[in-house]
Amino acid sequence: MMDTLILSRIQFAANISFHILFPTITIALGWFLLFFKLRFNWTGDLKWMEAYRFWVKIFALSFAMGVVSGITMSFQFGTNWPGFMETVGNIAGPLLAYEVMTAFFLEAVFIGIMLFGFSRVPGWLHTLATFLVAFGTTMSTFWIIVLNSWMHTPQGFEMIDGVAHATDWWAIIFNPSMPYRLAHMLLASGLTVAFLIAGIAAFRYILGDRKETVRSQIRSGLTFAAILIPIQIFAGDMHGLNTLEYQPAKVAAMEGNWETGPNTPLVLFALPNEETRSNDVEIAIPNLASIILTHSPDGVVPGLNDFVAEDGTVLHPPVDKVFWSFRVMVGTGMAMLLLSWASLAFLWRRAEDGRRFAIRRLPKPLLWALVPMAGSGWVATLAGWYTTEIGRQPWLVHGVMTTEMAVADVPAPMVLSTLLGYLAIYAALLFAYIGVVLYLAVKARHGEPLTELTPSSSGAMVDAITREDRGAAILPAE
Amino acid sequence: MIELFGYQPETWLPFVFAGLMGASILLYVILDGYDLGVGILTPLAGDDGERDMMVASIGPFWDANETWLVLAVGLLLVAFPAAHGLILTTLYLPVFVMLIGLILRGVSFEFRVKARAKYKALWNRLFFAGSLMTALSQGFMLGLYVMGLEFTLGTFLFAVLCALALTMGYAFIGATWLILKGEGALQRRAVRWAKECIWGLAVGIAAISLASPLVSPRIWEKWFAFPDVLWLLPLPVVSLALLALLWRSFAHLPAEGDRWAWAPFTAALGLFTLAFAGLAYSFFPYVVPERLTIFEAASAPESLLIILVGACFVVPSILGYTALAYWVFRGKARGLRYD
Repeated sequence: MMDTLILSRIQFAANISFHILFPTITIALGWFLLFFKLRFNWTGDLKWMEAYRFWVKIFALSFAMGVVSGITMSFQFGTNWPGFMETVGNIAGPLLAYEVMTAFFLEAVFIGIMLFGFSRVPGWLHTLATFLVAFGTTMSTFWIIVLNSWMHTPQGFEMIDGVAHATDWWAIIFNPSMPYRLAHMLLASGLTVAFLIAGIAAFRYILGDRKETVRSQIRSGLTFAAILIPIQIFAGDMHGLNTLEYQPAKVAAMEGNWETGPNTPLVLFALPNEETRSNDVEIAIPNLASIILTHSPDGVVPGLNDFVAEDGTVLHPPVDKVFWSFRVMVGTGMAMLLLSWASLAFLWRRAEDGRRFAIRRLPKPLLWALVPMAGSGWVATLAGWYTTEIGRQPWLVHGVMTTEMAVADVPAPMVLSTLLGYLAIYAALLFAYIGVVLYLAVKARHGEPLTELTPSSSGAMVDAITREDRGAAILPAE
Repeated sequence: MIELFGYQPETWLPFVFAGLMGASILLYVILDGYDLGVGILTPLAGDDGERDMMVASIGPFWDANETWLVLAVGLLLVAFPAAHGLILTTLYLPVFVMLIGLILRGVSFEFRVKARAKYKALWNRLFFAGSLMTALSQGFMLGLYVMGLEFTLGTFLFAVLCALALTMGYAFIGATWLILKGEGALQRRAVRWAKECIWGLAVGIAAISLASPLVSPRIWEKWFAFPDVLWLLPLPVVSLALLALLWRSFAHLPAEGDRWAWAPFTAALGLFTLAFAGLAYSFFPYVVPERLTIFEAASAPESLLIILVGACFVVPSILGYTALAYWVFRGKARGLRYD
């Protein structure tokens, strides 16, 4: 029988894995919607409005999924991990409170206007609402990443009777890993959405939907992806160096490196074995890990054996999980790089008719490959989160408290039953979510392109002529 | 640190935060109360169009309404971490039921109109089920809380009574919201629902008002000591007057020209507020009944102060743009459209 600790950990992992899928979409999709809206405002081209209307539905759906699973998480601090707040509540509390106050309310209020206010408010207010929702999701990310980073690289506090007290809020907020984590997460969201937009649009295109808006979405998605991915690789590398400085055990696990020393090879593939404390199989490139991490072939790279206490207690994270998640993340990132740059190269080639970026110039296999890549951001983000979060074990707050110290004194069967409940509902919702996103894409194929938007007397925009989504409107027009 | 009216921060900060938390809970109960209530009433709609209109009346608001719960539990967690863990681990299972309810309710808004049309009925049912689970579990938790978070057969039965009463109470305030936002047949139906549900609310308020002093000698002392009882008398008297007024109003609603359509909702606001004030008065200064006071459970003053500074700037803006949203979507509910 599994104990409360491991069950609670699985439950929290399930919750956060489910939850993070949706902020990963909404953070950047908010800005993409603003991009579509602004393009429409500036060019008057209705294809941008069509893009806005298609993606705002997916935004609303993702937002609702994120909100409800986020509430679940906030309650789980109390139901499953009361020790966390009791120990570091003086620091985590204000950060979470600021998230609710500066971000949650902003998003929650303006999303109403963004979704349903188009014909009720002036165009500028609708654009402003779109901006404020995007801004709110980003603020929310900021505060959550601040707290999460602080748990990895805590500073600016003192312990009094086993309870953390803040001494320097500036140091807490701008803790050493915060800028890297924030950049890495925001870029991850940007990439997720760029590939989602390109992938879903490619899906529509393959289904025979050749509207201008579909072509523009493929182009926009691919262009953003191609721009963001090298920046992300750079940010990820910087983040890795930061982790090397503050959490060397995590880097050792990511590298699958057991012994500290110079001339460390880069392990491409291995089967780490914690029993024998070595890699069973290994394919490695000599000196490369030293070069990447220290920029010198004989630079010293930390090994896992440094993190075993005298009495044999292991103080490093589970090696295989961290090792493999890291490789999945990097591998997905490489696929993103290849696909987006190759696609862009094909689109860029000047054809005889002088038109650039014609989608029909994209080779069929590349177009097809874009479709499964719509989910690549989810894979990479989850793998990245597993790398960093499992990599923090056995610590909950690095060097301050272990995960074990925070767990609630709740009977294991109770945790098991709620765990099964959450898993069932998350699986069903994920299934429904993906089904609906694909259904919306298929349905959009049958819609006619927008031909007119007429301003009403109040200055609000009312679409009087065609509605590409009559069926999707919450109510039929009276 | 800052003294306020001669009180040390260790004294006034917990007091202020208990007040803020109380305000968030009250706002939550009223705001999410009416939209949960509408959700509970959806199976009674005359037809699918009417049900769509009911959902449309809360569509732009529910998300912000629910956020007050996040703030309330956030403040509990931030300001009173010791109580937070104790309360939530004790209420582990009802919290789980509530969360599943909130999940179902929240996603159904989206799925019922975006999924294939043939699934709409399923999502409608899940929307109802989610609203019902949320309301029942909250009432159950309230009942257990009043009983001092002890599990016995008696407290369990009382909690079940509270669960039913709060659910009826939510359905009641939801019905008054529909009187305000609805028209025609829906509005007439809403008047009938309000009339049928008001009993549940009255029974709930009466049950809690009678039970809490009986369970706790301290609460008995607070309510029935002379001369305090004179100061407190307006609370039950005004509540009864509001109930009587509401009851009378149902005979005349809906009135010609939609006059007085706002009155039941406003009276319901008053009733909820008075009931909440009574509870708050009973339990102060305890955050865990009879076990932990707000002063014992409070976080470090420097952490509370940093939140308070932010709250002074942020809360007025929150109220401001919430008002904007209610103004944008003022008047009778209209079909929700993305365009």
